[in-house]
Amino acid sequence: MIIIDTGDRIAAKAAQMARPEFIAAYPITPQTVIVEKTAEYAETGELDAEYVRVESEHSAMTAVIGAAITGIRTFTATSSHGLALMHEMLHWAALSRLPIVMVNVNRTLGPGWNIWADQTDALAQRDTGWVQFYCSSCQEIFDAILQAYRLAEMEDVQLPVMVNYDAFVLSHTSMPVEVPDQAEIDKFLPPYRALWQIDPDDPITYANMVPQAHYGGIRKDMQDAHERVKDLVPRIANDWEQRFGTNHGGLVDQIQCEDAEYVLVTMGAFGAEAKVAVEQLRDEGVKAGLARIRLFRPFPSEVFWELSRGRTFVVVDRGVSVGAGGGIYTELKSALYGHSTAPVHSFIAGLGGKDVTYGEMADMVKRVAAGKAGEVEWWGLDGQGGA
Amino acid sequence: MAVKSLPKEELMRPGGGGCPGCPSSLALRIALKALGKNSVVVMPACCAVVCVGPYPKSSIDVPVVSMAFEASAAAASGIVSGFKRKGKEDTNVVVWAGDGGTYDIGLQALSGAVERGTDFIYICYNNEMYSNTGIQRSGATPFGAWTTTTWTGKEERKKDLPAIMRAHGLPYMATAIPCYQEDLFRKVQKAMSIRGPKYIEILAPCPPGWRFPMEKMLEIGRLAVDTGAFALYEYENGQLTFNLKSKSILEQKVEPKPIEEYLQLQGRFAHLFKPQRNEEALSRIRAELDENWDRMRKQVECGVA
Repeated sequence: MIIIDTGDRIAAKAAQMARPEFIAAYPITPQTVIVEKTAEYAETGELDAEYVRVESEHSAMTAVIGAAITGIRTFTATSSHGLALMHEMLHWAALSRLPIVMVNVNRTLGPGWNIWADQTDALAQRDTGWVQFYCSSCQEIFDAILQAYRLAEMEDVQLPVMVNYDAFVLSHTSMPVEVPDQAEIDKFLPPYRALWQIDPDDPITYANMVPQAHYGGIRKDMQDAHERVKDLVPRIANDWEQRFGTNHGGLVDQIQCEDAEYVLVTMGAFGAEAKVAVEQLRDEGVKAGLARIRLFRPFPSEVFWELSRGRTFVVVDRGVSVGAGGGIYTELKSALYGHSTAPVHSFIAGLGGKDVTYGEMADMVKRVAAGKAGEVEWWGLDGQGGA
Repeated sequence: MAVKSLPKEELMRPGGGGCPGCPSSLALRIALKALGKNSVVVMPACCAVVCVGPYPKSSIDVPVVSMAFEASAAAASGIVSGFKRKGKEDTNVVVWAGDGGTYDIGLQALSGAVERGTDFIYICYNNEMYSNTGIQRSGATPFGAWTTTTWTGKEERKKDLPAIMRAHGLPYMATAIPCYQEDLFRKVQKAMSIRGPKYIEILAPCPPGWRFPMEKMLEIGRLAVDTGAFALYEYENGQLTFNLKSKSILEQKVEPKPIEEYLQLQGRFAHLFKPQRNEEALSRIRAELDENWDRMRKQVECGVA
């Protein structure tokens, strides 16, 4: 069935169809609709789940952790400052190897208050051990949430997964989405079977003090699980495609990269814009392509090693690690070092939700092609235009 | 009921890491006798979680959920829901937290969980300081007490968290102290019999933190009650009921012992007596105690709490 709805309502629908048994969430613009809609599902019986209306995002993530250690499937959603408030418990969830799925609507951090799109909120959580997806359409939001559960709960993964998408550009924009039957979803995502749980009949102490000798191994196990995620994400995406017909491109969605000289690299809703920029550049005779990152953690380094030969990367970042550079740019440079000498140009653009059109992205590529671009450029700081 | 009539089964096993004379360890041992095996104990960062012992060992024979400092009550919310889904609604979900994790950093999560009517027992062992980090001031530290962040004595009075808890309209609240084990046991049992959020505050005289010899832990506890520094009571259905010696003090059937008898045994109050008595501070302590008891008497008389 095709439904036309906003990113948030599609996310709530996907969460409902994943049949979580527990939801705890706290509203924050522009994620609020997910909190409202999932509460409605739980109250009307359209979702058979416990729903706890917590008093903060920190408690939302904590309550979800508490429920997850009893061995049930859980869901929550947040954005921006809410995600920042959760930070401590994001580490707690990942180090506990709990397969929690959370939607994060990428929104600017204050001050000053700004509710529009910016990926710095989630980029700042890249060291927490969570798998991170970034979506560029409502269909991808729907598919990614259900695929995230399948991935998170696999025995050799057991990691929390964050599904990200842009504030308003996706959260509040209606698009047509193919929604499969619940019975088919249930076949793709069977009921959750926890590998361990808190149980008075089999008492264990969870998360007590860990001596130095054991801690490093816990981190290494997480790293190994992240490495396996790189193999599993495309396989799960292919399985989904065979069942439901949609596929958004594995780790990195590559558009016209085969013969490209200039490859735009971005993620989230910018990816949809960049796709049009590539079409425009091709029309103008520029051999351009797009590598839209779907999975930021683990970072798909191997894909870029392959892709890098004879190409120049033009990164468009809607998020910045101040003191280092654009989020994708710094990761990509690090990944390529020792594997490729492909030039990487960085455009930091659209922070605070400022609009960046496909025409501007095409201009970035042309600027690089003309040899006029520095390695790092801050785009559109004129105080004009945008939202 | 006598101590020897408490259940023989020990859910606190040998090998725990508590200091000699640890009031929290004794209180937890008694509480676990009441709670029994069908229980889960959530512990934030605090002394007790250290006492459980490091991975891969545990000295507690029920599941212990170690939790971030400010988060215990929220974790309990999730666990209660999870057990509901699993058909284990009869399992006692208990938080065992210090006053740092309760009065201060954990107050938001506690308030939220109680307001939501979460069916759990929150037990605060209150040693009136951040003990696990080495004796720093907390919101529960009384006026005049030395800590490593109040070198000349705390200037403010302690927060009245029990009153804040009662203001949430919770069905049951009680205070207890490890020197009266039967009273503590009975109050935990009572809490287990009631649905919804329950709060129990246990005064925990801490030998290293309060600066007194470990063998005096029970004696100091009794003095806390006898001098009126600590009141034993229960709150149920909006009514306060005082217990043991505190009942006699409330009803003015006995005169509380002079507060100096309690203070002088504790090194944390030594500066109130040496090199000379600080009469101003001592009279403020006495005045605050009188004020507290007058208020509690009025609350009982008027049936408001």
